[in-house]
Amino acid sequence: MNYVLEVLPSLLDGAKMTLQIFCWTLIGSLPLGLIVGLALISRFRLLKAILRFYVWLMRGTPLLLQLIFVFYGLPLVGLTLGRFDAALFAFILNYTAYFAEIFRGGLQSIDKGQYESAKVLRLTYWQTIRKIVTPQVVKIVLPSIGNEVINLVKDSSLVYVIGIGDLLRAGNVATSRDVTLVPLVMVGVVYLVMTAVLTFILRKLEQYYSYWK
Amino acid sequence: MLELKNISKSFGDKVILNNLNLEVKDGEILCIVGQSGGGKTTLLRCISGLEKIDGGQILIDGQVFDPYTNENNDSVIGVVFQEYNLFPHLTVLQNVTLAPTMVLKKKKEIAENEAKNLLNGLALEGKEGLYPFQLSGGQKQRVAIARALAMKPQILCYDEPTSALDPGLTATVKDIVLNLKKEGMTQIIVTHDMDFAEEIADNILKVKPLGY
Repeated sequence: MNYVLEVLPSLLDGAKMTLQIFCWTLIGSLPLGLIVGLALISRFRLLKAILRFYVWLMRGTPLLLQLIFVFYGLPLVGLTLGRFDAALFAFILNYTAYFAEIFRGGLQSIDKGQYESAKVLRLTYWQTIRKIVTPQVVKIVLPSIGNEVINLVKDSSLVYVIGIGDLLRAGNVATSRDVTLVPLVMVGVVYLVMTAVLTFILRKLEQYYSYWK
Repeated sequence: MLELKNISKSFGDKVILNNLNLEVKDGEILCIVGQSGGGKTTLLRCISGLEKIDGGQILIDGQVFDPYTNENNDSVIGVVFQEYNLFPHLTVLQNVTLAPTMVLKKKKEIAENEAKNLLNGLALEGKEGLYPFQLSGGQKQRVAIARALAMKPQILCYDEPTSALDPGLTATVKDIVLNLKKEGMTQIIVTHDMDFAEEIADNILKVKPLGY
């Protein structure tokens, strides 16, 4: 028990980093994903082709590889990012692609009649997106987004590869120093607590959106 | 007065409307009837700006008017869709007040008062806080009518207003249409229900499918 209390502060420190990456990635990639999703169903063919390539690239290569490329590769073309910025850059780029595909699916399931109603009421495109389409899309995509959000908590552990001290790394350090698996068990428990909280929030959100059908 | 001059519309090779001429005087009810595929709905969609016409002119009170690109703030044409197309995430009241507040920039209280008057006039009092999924088909249709009227259109268009309703409700629709006529509303109604059309229309336009 004393040992648990002894390593806990360093694990919580790591968890703080995990949460920071988690929060900033969501703040960046959710709105970007919606915008890319909108562009993916727009009429601009060239833009669509470019974005489809981007989505293919992001979903088709390991996130670990993308992290390495952003941190070690971009400096070769003159763009040097700090460790944390590089991690965020790679995560936002990656998660935007996944969210964009989810939003695209949600957007395409909105009935054409909703756009037509909005048009004859003379709402502008952005008014229609904001007031009519987005609220309906959010309800539809919530379960899939939730899945990715849970994934993101665990994916954030990949940042160890560019030397960021997150939760998993903190556990690893303690394990190799003290030659015991206890810190890694604690790491698992902390991840479970984080995902439990998220699952709870997501369920509440879904309940909130059940006021209409 | 609404005038259509030499309206043409094709989808690919298929000609739907060919040099169609039409006049609807203020306060009149025009029914567009005919079999499926005859272009009834397409004509309505051209008038309401949901389809771009390939040729011809639409005039309102002698002024050329393009409903497809209409961006000025004069409300001209309201539409009641066959499937109503209410906004499912908004209450009855919000469905009606959304466009007046966002497009006409009306104050919320004013828009809500006007909406309540419209809803009361359509026997929807007490339903303001409900969501569309909680309404019957007839109620949804009346909300759709209120939503269109809230924009104070000069012309109100209906696409098959009786087709999705129980037969008994046709009389209700008739009453609503005739009441609006008394108030001076110009109305265009697409229907395949000949009896309904003959009972309410001042003019009937019959359309039939054109060849390929």
